[in-house]
Amino acid sequence: MPPLKKFSRQIAGLVLLLAVTSLVIFLAIEAAPGDPAQIMLGTNAQADTVAALRAELGLDRPLMVRYLAWLGGVFTGDLGTSYTYGTPVAELIGERLRVTLPLTAMATLLAVAISLPLGVWAAQRPNGPVDTLASVFSQFGIAVPNFWIGLLLILGLALGLGWFPTGGFPGWGAGWLAVQALILPAVALALPQAAVLTRVTRAAVIEVTNEDFVRTARAKGLTRNRALWRHTVPNALLPVVTMLGLQIPFLISGAVLVENVFTLPGIGTLAYSALSQRDLIVVQNVVLLFAIVVMVVNVIVDALYVLLDPRLRGRA
Amino acid sequence: MRLTLPSLLKSASTAALLCVTPTVVLAAGDVSFVQAVEPPGLDPTVSSPVAAGQVVWQNLFEGLVTIDAAGEIQPQLASAWEISEDGLTYTFTLVPDVSFHNGQAFSAETAKFTLERILSEDSTNGQKALYTVIDSVEAPDAATLVLHLSAASSDLLYWLGFPAAVMIEPTSVETNATDPVGTGPFKLDEWRKGDRVIMSAFDGYWGETPALDTVTARFIADPQAQVAALKSGQVNIVAELAAPELFGQFVEDDTFVAHVGSGEMEVVAGMNNTRPPFDNAKVRQALMMSIDRNLLIEAVKSGYGTPIGTHFSPASPYYEDLTGLYPYDPEAAKALLAEAGYPDGFEFTFKVPTRTYAQRSAEIMQAFFAQIGVTATIASSDFPAAWVQEVFKDTDYDMTIIGHAEPLDIGIYARDPYYFNYTSDAFDAAMADVAAAATPEARAAGYKAAEEVVAKDLPALFLYSEPKLGVWDAGLTGVWENGPVPSNDMTDVAWAD
Repeated sequence: MPPLKKFSRQIAGLVLLLAVTSLVIFLAIEAAPGDPAQIMLGTNAQADTVAALRAELGLDRPLMVRYLAWLGGVFTGDLGTSYTYGTPVAELIGERLRVTLPLTAMATLLAVAISLPLGVWAAQRPNGPVDTLASVFSQFGIAVPNFWIGLLLILGLALGLGWFPTGGFPGWGAGWLAVQALILPAVALALPQAAVLTRVTRAAVIEVTNEDFVRTARAKGLTRNRALWRHTVPNALLPVVTMLGLQIPFLISGAVLVENVFTLPGIGTLAYSALSQRDLIVVQNVVLLFAIVVMVVNVIVDALYVLLDPRLRGRA
Repeated sequence: MRLTLPSLLKSASTAALLCVTPTVVLAAGDVSFVQAVEPPGLDPTVSSPVAAGQVVWQNLFEGLVTIDAAGEIQPQLASAWEISEDGLTYTFTLVPDVSFHNGQAFSAETAKFTLERILSEDSTNGQKALYTVIDSVEAPDAATLVLHLSAASSDLLYWLGFPAAVMIEPTSVETNATDPVGTGPFKLDEWRKGDRVIMSAFDGYWGETPALDTVTARFIADPQAQVAALKSGQVNIVAELAAPELFGQFVEDDTFVAHVGSGEMEVVAGMNNTRPPFDNAKVRQALMMSIDRNLLIEAVKSGYGTPIGTHFSPASPYYEDLTGLYPYDPEAAKALLAEAGYPDGFEFTFKVPTRTYAQRSAEIMQAFFAQIGVTATIASSDFPAAWVQEVFKDTDYDMTIIGHAEPLDIGIYARDPYYFNYTSDAFDAAMADVAAAATPEARAAGYKAAEEVVAKDLPALFLYSEPKLGVWDAGLTGVWENGPVPSNDMTDVAWAD
């Protein structure tokens, strides 16, 4: 099958998957206990007031009508209006993405910048000092949750040494201060990722190093380093990219926790507060967004395979 | 979206050039206070009144009357008022030349609009019930407002000082949630959702100009993070520290004021009064006697808290200490339980909201109950969503525990329906006396009678009154020490020289 046809088939599958996902999300969130109107009004409100608010929010409409209205809106770009904030959800999500996107991008870059060199270096001499160090780092990073790393960073670098703010986000207008506010959260988010990636990189490089073609390259007279960078690393990247793609959902769920620890106004804190306030329309859209991100990342990873491995280009 | 690649690059290059000092230093005349819960909207007359009021009440919005730091009613946009002898007609004289932040004038018509909006059929004011005693509103001239009541209500003036009854400008109704327009000394500059609300002094303010230029509300949910922000100088006031175990470190520290103030929150373990065995008053009394409230406060609140024997704040002049009625006495509790027909105790499910104080309290209470042979199984209930549904709306529970934060809210036991499923003619009579009270003495007597009825009946186990653990920069003056109304009134706050 030609790549283009394969790609368009993937897109069609994606849209179908999204429609199904949206229904599951909608029903799951509807099934959760808690009436948004009652929660917004507090425990002092009387039944007629709650009913008035339900009518105002459109919550008195039948389930399917609300689902179709939402889905129709999603396809036309109108995500609805937040129950609690009273502003368009699209605007709300857009505002929060301005924090979450740079944060996750920083974390991913950082994770790759740490894990690639470390993994490759560790693989050069299995069980050598660097490898031991890398394996201690991996163990630590996998075992320790990111929010706890975040708390330690706040205690040490923000509160103890005063190098960074303890949390909050001054807005991009503040320039460097805004970047600075994202550094510790990015580190907290990146370390567990880097730990996993280091391990995968190391294993992949070791495996490829033992392949015949690397031995042949060396036999042809290539230096150790040239063989490594010309033949081993490019071939080892495939599992690394796969793992990077698989890590994206963890990155997103990690962002929810880390943003809350650092009180960053990102998608994570939005999802958390919307869920506890039962701002269902916001929760629906955010979860759908997460689902879309995961699906799109999978497609991109698939496409990257083809780029990385010429052998896959001819095949279906 | 305003964020573009060039703007990002620009920020990055400025960053490289400047490399400025990391910590934010607030200029003189600026104050930041911490607020644990971000309000969904900034209009306290619709939806979630407590969190919105904590940001905007007195800062952005004002009422006909207000409640001062001591909990007393004070004139505000109404400079004076007269109450007819039968208590059914209130005549307010309004302050002239008051303008809203959008330039519109405040008048009796505005006040009439505000009150009628609360009372209207499609009103979404969560506190509407407090005002339904108002039958009609008249504005005979721009400076006079007349309220006609359907029944006397000695509490009405107090309720009119509440965040839920602040004066609203008619053309701003639709946008107040995100772009509030009030008559207060500060106006809204910016609301960065999820992070902060920035307010600055309003030039056209009718009253005394506040000392501060800007006031910022920072939304930080986690007490650890609140303390970190306070210590690093990013915020100056934490009016209510939710984690008492973090409070001690500030007591010895001269750079901060650490004040144990009185709040309005009573933590009570409500029971389903129609469901056996909780429909038996003796059972409820036995459970009350099984609990050592002082020990509970020690364990849950590091000792910061006052035991209560009824649903009233010890800070109130109407408070009566009734903790001696059913004191800690496990033997007597066992005897009473046997008398009620449960010599071997019983089992029940304790539905506990996911709040630290509630979870901790429930575990201690579970141990106390076990001492008299009663087995409580703790079931966590996600707060607010699940709890409000299961306990509050469906009243599908045996026992729960929750803090009631609204001031002067003993009247909830007269509500039908309310989640306790409690009815008492004696209590209803006492509350009727309160409403009809013409003198402060009669009002006090009515409240005390009401306190005594619930203290004996125990529709809920009365545990403790939550203190207001406030910490703020020692350089500040004018911060409210107590919390008669949940708020962060910044109008009198200033930096000492």
